[in-house]
Amino acid sequence: MSSLSLRALSKSYGPVQAVRGVDLDVNEGEFLSLLGPSGCGKTTTLQMVAGFVPPTTGSIVVDGQDLTSIAPEKRDMGVVFQSYALFPHMNVAQNIGFGLEMRRVERGELKRRVEEALAMVRLAGLEGRYPSELSGGQRQRVAIARALAIRPRVLLLDEPMSNLDAKLRGEMHVELRSLQRRLGITAILVTHDQVEAMTMSDRIAVMTNGGIAQLGTPQEVYDRPASQFASSFLGHTNVLSGRIESRIADEATVRVGPTAFRTRVAKDQVTPDIAVFVRPERLRLGSPDQATLQGRVSTRLFLGGSWIYEIETELGMLRITQQNTGTVQAEEGETIGVSWNAEDLRVIATERSDG
Amino acid sequence: MASSTHQTSRGLPWLLSLPALALFLALLAIPLVLTAILSFNAFDGMRGIQQSYGFGNYLEILLDGYYREIFLRTGGMALAVTLICIVLGVPETLILAKMKPVWRGTFFVVILGPLLISVVVRTLGWSVLLGSQGVVNTVLRGLGLVDEPIRLLFSMTGVIIVLTHVFLPFMVIAVWSAMQRLDGQIEHAARSLGAGPFTTFRRIMLPQLMPGILSGAIIVFALAASAYATPAIIGGRRVKVVATTLYDEFFNSLNWPLGAAIAVLLLLANILIIVGCNRLVERRFKQVFA
Repeated sequence: MSSLSLRALSKSYGPVQAVRGVDLDVNEGEFLSLLGPSGCGKTTTLQMVAGFVPPTTGSIVVDGQDLTSIAPEKRDMGVVFQSYALFPHMNVAQNIGFGLEMRRVERGELKRRVEEALAMVRLAGLEGRYPSELSGGQRQRVAIARALAIRPRVLLLDEPMSNLDAKLRGEMHVELRSLQRRLGITAILVTHDQVEAMTMSDRIAVMTNGGIAQLGTPQEVYDRPASQFASSFLGHTNVLSGRIESRIADEATVRVGPTAFRTRVAKDQVTPDIAVFVRPERLRLGSPDQATLQGRVSTRLFLGGSWIYEIETELGMLRITQQNTGTVQAEEGETIGVSWNAEDLRVIATERSDG
Repeated sequence: MASSTHQTSRGLPWLLSLPALALFLALLAIPLVLTAILSFNAFDGMRGIQQSYGFGNYLEILLDGYYREIFLRTGGMALAVTLICIVLGVPETLILAKMKPVWRGTFFVVILGPLLISVVVRTLGWSVLLGSQGVVNTVLRGLGLVDEPIRLLFSMTGVIIVLTHVFLPFMVIAVWSAMQRLDGQIEHAARSLGAGPFTTFRRIMLPQLMPGILSGAIIVFALAASAYATPAIIGGRRVKVVATTLYDEFFNSLNWPLGAAIAVLLLLANILIIVGCNRLVERRFKQVFA
């Protein structure tokens, strides 16, 4: 078990700043995700941690030891790559044993640990197969076993699920998460898939423009996004235009349509117009006469477990998700009421100017 | 109806490849067959080619130490050129791959340069460099490294140097194309597992480059074993190889059947060596070729 700290980590490629001053502490045994769109610097950050890319400035510290200028082969990091990067000319056992061989692990011990790693990813008996003879899911398991066999200080996962089909990906999320828990290994996952980040992580670092926009548990980041970017990147969000009616310091009363609510607003919020966010699952459908707002159902999608409604209202198009409870609530084209609780409405208190 | 459509679709590919087949037959198969037939003709120094057939020419070549030495010398020369091309070409390609795109383009032109120049001009250029009064020897003596001019022109050393220069591009191209198929993350994977740069290259990258090295080696070996102009101009009379010998048989001794037999044997030896090596390497690196 190891803890990892990044201190003011930056990487520039000529005039382009890929990563700008990332500070991050990952606790022992924690699963942390770097979540963001492509080009946000998450992969470059991971590559600097692994030692493949030298940072321009800043440092990487594992268990109090500065690794910044240490070669990747001396860092004891287990890396699982997007392409799996298995050695095509070696069979499964040789692939998994390679890291142990480099550590001069004695023959019998090596064989035992390869078997142990294979059992861990439930691939026992496939020792003699070559990567070309394995399915995508099996290759990924071998890649995970190979990274874990060296008992690394930190496990680094570089978009490891993006080449799997949806069903397999869901299964691997659960499996990898429970494996990480059982081994108590510190892990960093790079992903652009918000579902993956939310299901697997203890904490998520939402990245944009080479910096961390928000750091918190999945629920914190989802329910209390610190920026409009974080809010729209994690799940869907409805943006309503609100108006500040009265204000004392940073306490304000904001009116949205026919309702008003009290909230904290940013000091630099000078105009009375303000964006108000509400998650689709926090909106309710009801009969038009008792609702906060009336609207017309323009699209209805069935997802099995839930319904998605797109409702045209005077405040704009609203998306609502409803659990499938067996009854159909509204048809397309029907007029229906939309309600919400004031505590589910949020304004972004501090929009970072550089975010 | 159905069967007639089926027949048309079956005949069509043959019909479309007819021009290529005709060209292949006319320019390669027919001359080869004629050469093979010629190689069995008897030859008389006084009366020329006889209308009787036998294995006389082959027996003469196989039993005569003179020809055996020429064949061995040619094989050794081709092997040396191939090995030097591997030793120089693989690192050269690795360096190219690490270069910035602008420099890579420039150096590709430099490497492919020898192929853009006529074989005669290039070879004569080398003879200017390699002669006993040539640039190389003048520099070596000027630096006091040698007292006597070393024999480069009209020697096997010179022939191997020049052939390596000409055939190196083929090796670089072959290794380059194998390198393009590699997964860039594999190198990182090996490093993260604890292998240093050298071990990573030897254990992980080199085996994956083997298909490219093999195809490069086959091209270089085949071209070197049948090279004519360079051994003729740089090697001269002193360094006789199979290609120059069969030229002599055809145009000096006018013993066409013997020349044809040498040509057939060169072809067979080339095919045997190449197919044999191919089998060996393919079996050893089965998974990389898959």
